[in-house]
Amino acid sequence: MSGGRHDPIRISFTLNGETTTVEVAPTERLLDLLRYRLGLTGTKEGCAEGECGACTIYLDGLPVDSCLIPAYQVRGRVVETIESLDPEGMAHYHARGTTQCGACTPGVVMTAEWILRHPDRLETHTVRELMAGNLCRCTGYDGIIEGIEGALEDREAE
Amino acid sequence: MSVLLPGSLAEALETLAADPELVPMAGGTDLLVHWPQHTELHLHSYLDLSGVEELRPHRWEADELVLGGLTTYWDMIEDRRAWSELPLLIDAARQVGSIQIQTRGSWAGNIVNASPAADGVPVLMAYDAVVVLESTRGRSMVPLSEFYSGYKEMRRSPDELVTEIRVPRRAYDIQFFEKVGSRRSQAITKVGVAVTRSDAGWRVVANSVAPFVCRCPAVERILEEGAAVRGPGDLLPAIREDVAPIDDIRSTAEYRENVLARILYFDLLDLCPSFG
Amino acid sequence: MLRREGLSKLTGRERYVDDLPLQNFLWGATVRSPAARGRISEIVFGDGVNWSEFVIVDHTDIPGRNAVYLMEYDQPALAPGYVRHVHEPVLLLAHPSREVARRAVREVEVIVDVDPPALDFRTLPSADLIQYGEDNVLKRLSIQKGDVERALAESPIVVDGVYETGAQEHVYLETQGMLAYLDDDVLVIKGSMQCPYYVLKALKTALNRSDEEIRVIQTPTGGGFGGKEEFPSMVALHAGLLALKSRVPVKLIYDRTEDMVATTKRHPSRVWHRTGVDENGRLIAQEIEVVMDGGAYVTLTPVVLSRAIIHAAGPYHCDNVRILGRAMFTNSVPYGAFRGFGNPQAHFAVERHMDVIADRLRMDPVELRRINMIRDGQTTATGQVIADGVDRLGIVDRALALADYERRRREHWIRNSEHRYLRRGIGLATFYHGAGFTGSGEVMLDSRLQVEGLPDGRVQVLCASTEMGQGQITIFTQLAADRLGYDPVDVSIAEPDTHRVPDSGPTVGSRTAMVVGRLVERACDDLRRKVGLEESVPGALVKDAIIAWHSAHPGQRLLGKARYEPPPGIAWDEEHYRGDAYGAFGWAAHVAEVEVDLRTYDVRVLDFVSVQDVGTVLNETLARGQVQGGVAQGISWALLEECVWNDGAMENGQLTNYIIPTSGDLPPIRVEFMEFPYKYGAQGAKGIGELPLVGAAPAVLNAVAAATGRQPTEIPLTPERLMALFGNGHAPGEAP
Repeated sequence: MSGGRHDPIRISFTLNGETTTVEVAPTERLLDLLRYRLGLTGTKEGCAEGECGACTIYLDGLPVDSCLIPAYQVRGRVVETIESLDPEGMAHYHARGTTQCGACTPGVVMTAEWILRHPDRLETHTVRELMAGNLCRCTGYDGIIEGIEGALEDREAE
Repeated sequence: MSVLLPGSLAEALETLAADPELVPMAGGTDLLVHWPQHTELHLHSYLDLSGVEELRPHRWEADELVLGGLTTYWDMIEDRRAWSELPLLIDAARQVGSIQIQTRGSWAGNIVNASPAADGVPVLMAYDAVVVLESTRGRSMVPLSEFYSGYKEMRRSPDELVTEIRVPRRAYDIQFFEKVGSRRSQAITKVGVAVTRSDAGWRVVANSVAPFVCRCPAVERILEEGAAVRGPGDLLPAIREDVAPIDDIRSTAEYRENVLARILYFDLLDLCPSFG
Repeated sequence: MLRREGLSKLTGRERYVDDLPLQNFLWGATVRSPAARGRISEIVFGDGVNWSEFVIVDHTDIPGRNAVYLMEYDQPALAPGYVRHVHEPVLLLAHPSREVARRAVREVEVIVDVDPPALDFRTLPSADLIQYGEDNVLKRLSIQKGDVERALAESPIVVDGVYETGAQEHVYLETQGMLAYLDDDVLVIKGSMQCPYYVLKALKTALNRSDEEIRVIQTPTGGGFGGKEEFPSMVALHAGLLALKSRVPVKLIYDRTEDMVATTKRHPSRVWHRTGVDENGRLIAQEIEVVMDGGAYVTLTPVVLSRAIIHAAGPYHCDNVRILGRAMFTNSVPYGAFRGFGNPQAHFAVERHMDVIADRLRMDPVELRRINMIRDGQTTATGQVIADGVDRLGIVDRALALADYERRRREHWIRNSEHRYLRRGIGLATFYHGAGFTGSGEVMLDSRLQVEGLPDGRVQVLCASTEMGQGQITIFTQLAADRLGYDPVDVSIAEPDTHRVPDSGPTVGSRTAMVVGRLVERACDDLRRKVGLEESVPGALVKDAIIAWHSAHPGQRLLGKARYEPPPGIAWDEEHYRGDAYGAFGWAAHVAEVEVDLRTYDVRVLDFVSVQDVGTVLNETLARGQVQGGVAQGISWALLEECVWNDGAMENGQLTNYIIPTSGDLPPIRVEFMEFPYKYGAQGAKGIGELPLVGAAPAVLNAVAAATGRQPTEIPLTPERLMALFGNGHAPGEAP
């Protein structure tokens, strides 16, 4: 057993492909660790309650809200943030107006890219249902949905 | 705040036995809401179960689906068998928050968080699920429908953990789950109801209309007896016997009561000859 | 052209204020009033905190006038002993640890001797509630046209209606935030804002500093919608006061709850209509009263009320109109700018009322609108002659055709009689929105802009207009590139920095593309003239000429300049509210199709069509995004968004309880533009940002009325409110 009374916890995890070792306070959220201590400010805070999805990252390949995760819980796990994605893959979103103000965008792109990597999920879910954990106040969602659908169509064609 | 990170169930139970004041936690989707502002919660000590891998898997036994103490909603959504055999689990799972929550939130966490609005609980209760509690003292089983005794009060001793949820595998000829929230996706339930009928009889379970998720015995009796129901209003006396909705920032008692009656009436209209 | 900063946003590289790298700084925090009204008798600092670690600022630390100055001086930066609304700022704290600062805020107890608060703007206040003037009226305005009394008396049919709208929170995804630090003696403010020069104005007043001693820089801004028009001045002042006292950089970032409960919202309204019509549906008289909740301080309320009454009669011609407007002081958190700026409230009422009139006359609501739609040569309520050549009826027809309106109506009629509990309906709203500041507002703003020719031949646009997601950077790039014949990569837009850019006015009021965009064009023209070229030369020549100019004038700056000039023939009488309220109006029609579930009284929008005239469309993708986003906010205002109040405090200041739509709650929003260029707008553009929001709510509610046969008059039309409209019983043939 590790951890104990109020002690910082030393953790190692894979962050965007690289092993990272840090000491975290038991109260520290993954979101704050990423943003304020590891400089990965692409992950945003929009609500601090798992509602808006601006802080979406992948934990062991699944999209999660990093505002609801104690940092120590990622010990031994694989964390990927928006900074890990290939900018070349953004053309569809760019062309279809997926981003406006940009504050929700990294979270939106993380979920969108996850859908593109798991197209099987669309046998049971719609894109709109899968994107429902990412609130956007600018686009009315059309630009987001069309960005994803455009990318899906192109990948199918390939 | 301090946190203890057991690596096995045995270790977790021993730790909890030594200090039953510890608050068990799993995915954190309830606990960490507005975490920076809830500084009072930072003073507690937590037993973090995230490293107890043996609690994660679920399994299908001959006559039961057994969910682990850390099985998530997403684990169910990924299980094609659940879609066909216990579809209300899927209906509920995909309506809990968003996928970002479904991948983290656990069924057991939903049960012990004991929110009256919990979405996982009504469907489990309508399937007659049994909660398995373990401590260093042993193992006990409590039907989920008897698990709660009041708002956030439940039959779990401080040294016990929910290690399994056992869901009977039965044939249902009627089953539906209706969740009414303030929007279509990612909403906290204003009123919800799960209904099943099997050889074991009718189960009607409502959430967000009482201090805890509960069965509705008076409504179940109407269904068992086949009493005539000519409109939603005919269900109201039984509903008032079964539940006690309140006004809060999300809705009103009047709405909750009426909509529960209306959903039950319209959804059962084609299924029950006594409804007309 | 693709959004210029798009890739930077999509990859998470865009740095918002809370993302800026910073070392050795303090986190600011705000201690707020627990009561809606009263005298602060004591401020108790709890025992469990080492207060010597903190920088603490109160109103006595304000070197200048204690005001967040924009229109009036009434709103203090920090309450000087008396509070007028819950969550009014009282004290500021700063500490190196954000967690410690947050905990400390809770350890400060502000004790208030409570006086009775005025909380209902709809009723006249009793004597003990009066806190502003003689009657708590913040502003009164009126419009008169013709003889309403006589016309109403002579009208064969008179239809009354009262329509109410609730407060709406902006929910920009990036919360309010500012960073303040001293650079030698200059106070630098960086943060999320729409209007750097508004922030500068407020800082100068409260901090007693000159333009040179304060430098305001806008950082990439994650949504505004009006919520970052005036409120950032408050946040900037607070961060600035803490930085001045501590001499250390201070970062003040609101968390979501603080942002929701303590910042401005859309003004709640109550609008009363009395309309005289003849048997054919022609409008004879419109008597309208618009009452708004102004909240505890003036903020921008008078101008919001002004825009509301100017648009209150709708896009219709009527010879006899009287509109009275009144904004009431209440002890609510101040209301402020929000996309549409009073017009959504006005149009919700008039467009809902048109359907109520049609229902009374047993007339097709489309036909009623066709008959009364303003035609070229006719006048608005202020007497402004509309002669813009816009095919307003064509816009309506196109929207109806795209929505397949007639066929849908027939299908609904059959379907609704067959289905047990689902009811479908389709609704229309026609509406308009004046672009730019009202009346002589643009002249008073006196906007200026520069385009600088750089030594390598590239150009840079210098202005205070801001990008907050709406596309200003892209549009200004396009305009400058087109005007000069440049490749867009050779055009840059300067960071909005009050030490570097001229005041091109606030980024509000749908004015940026139309009004400021025009200044971009004119400054480009001026630049070209300064290098001795004619208008129609290729960009390569301009570039060469700029390079040559710099060779001839080493070390000097080459600035093309433009200053606002009003279009000819615009005349506005501010005293009587007569004349040309706006240089140009955008016109539009929305058609919404809904399904009402009579089990749950839930309304689902199935389809939404919007046809808009915004003049020339400068960028199709951006324009479409503006319309879809505006419509989404309007649908959401109509159905979902409700501030729950308790003694003047917002109780549901969390995104779990204050509901905005997810992708699963909205239909695809289908947009089409009909372009009627405006001669004095950039490339013919008119305003776009606000128009689409204006008509969304009435279109949705008109569809609900068509689906249910009930006439809802209040938004948000939550399921609970819709249930109340059905009372205890249901009509025969309806779902029980």
